Amino acid sequence: MSDFHAAKGRLYGLMAEFDNRYDLLEAAKASYAAGYRKMDAFSPMPIHGLDEAIGFKDRAMPLLVLLGGVVGCLGGFGLMYFITVIAYPMNVGGRPHFSWPAYIPPTFETTILCAAFAAVFGMLALNGLPRPHHPVFSVKRFALASRDRFFLLIEARDPLFHVEATRQFLEAQHAKEVEEVER
Amino acid sequence: MEHDEQQPSKAVDTEYEVIEPGHSYRSVTDHISAIVLTRKTPKTWLIGFGVSFMVLSLLLMSLGGLLVKGIGLWGVNQPVGWGFDIINFVWWIGIGHAGTLISAILLLLRQDWRTSINRFAEAMTLFAVACAGIYPVFHTGRPWLAYWLFPYPNTMGTWPQVLSPLVWDVFAVSTYATVSALFWYVGMIPDLATLRDRARAKGAKIFYGMLAMGWRGSARHWARYETASLLLAGLATPLVISVHTVVSFDFAVGIIPGWHATIFPPYFVAGAIFAGFAMVLTLSIPLRVFYKLEDFITNRHLDNMAKVMLATGLIVGYGYMMETFMAWYSGNPYESFLMKNRFSGPYMWFYWALITCNVLAPQILWWRRFRRNVTMLFVVSIIVSIGMWLERFIIIPVSLHRDFLPSSWGMYWPTSWDWMTFIGTLGLFASLMFIFLRLLPMISIFEMRTIVPPAEGRSKE
Repeated sequence: MSDFHAAKGRLYGLMAEFDNRYDLLEAAKASYAAGYRKMDAFSPMPIHGLDEAIGFKDRAMPLLVLLGGVVGCLGGFGLMYFITVIAYPMNVGGRPHFSWPAYIPPTFETTILCAAFAAVFGMLALNGLPRPHHPVFSVKRFALASRDRFFLLIEARDPLFHVEATRQFLEAQHAKEVEEVER
Repeated sequence: MEHDEQQPSKAVDTEYEVIEPGHSYRSVTDHISAIVLTRKTPKTWLIGFGVSFMVLSLLLMSLGGLLVKGIGLWGVNQPVGWGFDIINFVWWIGIGHAGTLISAILLLLRQDWRTSINRFAEAMTLFAVACAGIYPVFHTGRPWLAYWLFPYPNTMGTWPQVLSPLVWDVFAVSTYATVSALFWYVGMIPDLATLRDRARAKGAKIFYGMLAMGWRGSARHWARYETASLLLAGLATPLVISVHTVVSFDFAVGIIPGWHATIFPPYFVAGAIFAGFAMVLTLSIPLRVFYKLEDFITNRHLDNMAKVMLATGLIVGYGYMMETFMAWYSGNPYESFLMKNRFSGPYMWFYWALITCNVLAPQILWWRRFRRNVTMLFVVSIIVSIGMWLERFIIIPVSLHRDFLPSSWGMYWPTSWDWMTFIGTLGLFASLMFIFLRLLPMISIFEMRTIVPPAEGRSKE
């Protein structure tokens, strides 16, 4: 028993390898149905439905980008107003200082800029990148996750995790190989 | 069930495939990453880069001369204050637009044929914008003070005139450069991870490892990644249209005959796409031969690009027609004089060459036979690039050289410094392109995987 706990302590999880995306998707669905929650799937390209299969729903990204756009829009328009009305008012042919139609093009650009920043840096931040090292990289064959192999990881911190039972479960899902991932 | 979620490999056109049959995830990955990783630097690459770098030196010399002497070295003076600097700025920025169009608009329209050309088209955008940026910065005469163009609180107590299109341009072009760079880099992260995992040399592992930022292909990451890419594409689409629109405002807001026209924004945007697709063809035709990428950049790609070029070429032709019509219909003597001057003035050869290059030459693309003829397509794309350069020449100096009063008429001829700067930026563009081809995957590997027919079926139950 104590042996098991010691092993669990330095174990990050179990990684199952598949040679096609259909097996991975089904294994992910089966694992979720079996009650596993702390898991992740890895593939060389996006697979539609895989994120939902492991119980993940992305809600933050669109909101974040919208927020970036709103900040950029208000900030840009505010900046134009500040420059032409408050900081440096100039009389150009008797036109009003608050010539808002001329603010639109630069405001549009700042909107896009801030929304794009939100999309890129938001995506990286939410994904926890950059993160040069991660336990999954300790699995040698994991290098193929960026070529033609598909992986499913069940983490040791999942309450249902049990080294032997989980291994047997994964092997039953047509996994080509199941490896232990060390912390 | 899951088999049906994605069947793009079944091309619409049975004759042309977006990828030749027989490829797998592995073969696509290995073929594209091998260009960067394992093959020795090809001799042709060394020669090409060497020549480009020499041409780039011309740019450094001409800009060095400019820093010492000032813009008096250029051919611009009264009445023609905008010459090669603005012609080439607009020409380069226009070329860049096809990259964004391919990567953003065609992504939103779910055109899977864009997959193999979007990466280097985006690189083309970035390098073209870099070339374009040099001109206005150096045209300020004191490029070390170019940051004055940005609004920031300064000790002089001044602010840029944000009601002017020239300042809008600063916002538009700097946003465009930034967003294009981000889009390009984000699109490359999964491929950089592939290169990190495939690299054998330690230096390469570290280099690509740093750039990949620890990408591991997690389903959560992919989900956010796809959302971010789609949203970026949605943002880049109006951006690319706005950039050339703002560039056209530089002219259209002025009261010079030949500039002051409401047709300018759409006509400029179409011209930009026209020029950009010509440049993508000019680059992709030799690339697919040298790097043996005919399986990925197929005849279908060339055919589609030729069709886009034909369509945008017709819009540009319509623009020329409307300019002429409006010169007559407006009844404005200055406008009609301008058109007469274009047809038969001192620069008439430029105008007729423009019509030949941009309106007549692309007409052969109506025939499938010519669209399939790679050499012909290459020649037409070069002609179009020249034509679009002539268009900017016609719009800028030709409109300026006949001022309202005949006493202030003049001629504009570029000096050797102008030519050196222009040819030099071609060298800068080519050098950057060569470095890109050697160090980074020129085709998006992970997107190619998504169009590979799933040969590996599921395990037997």
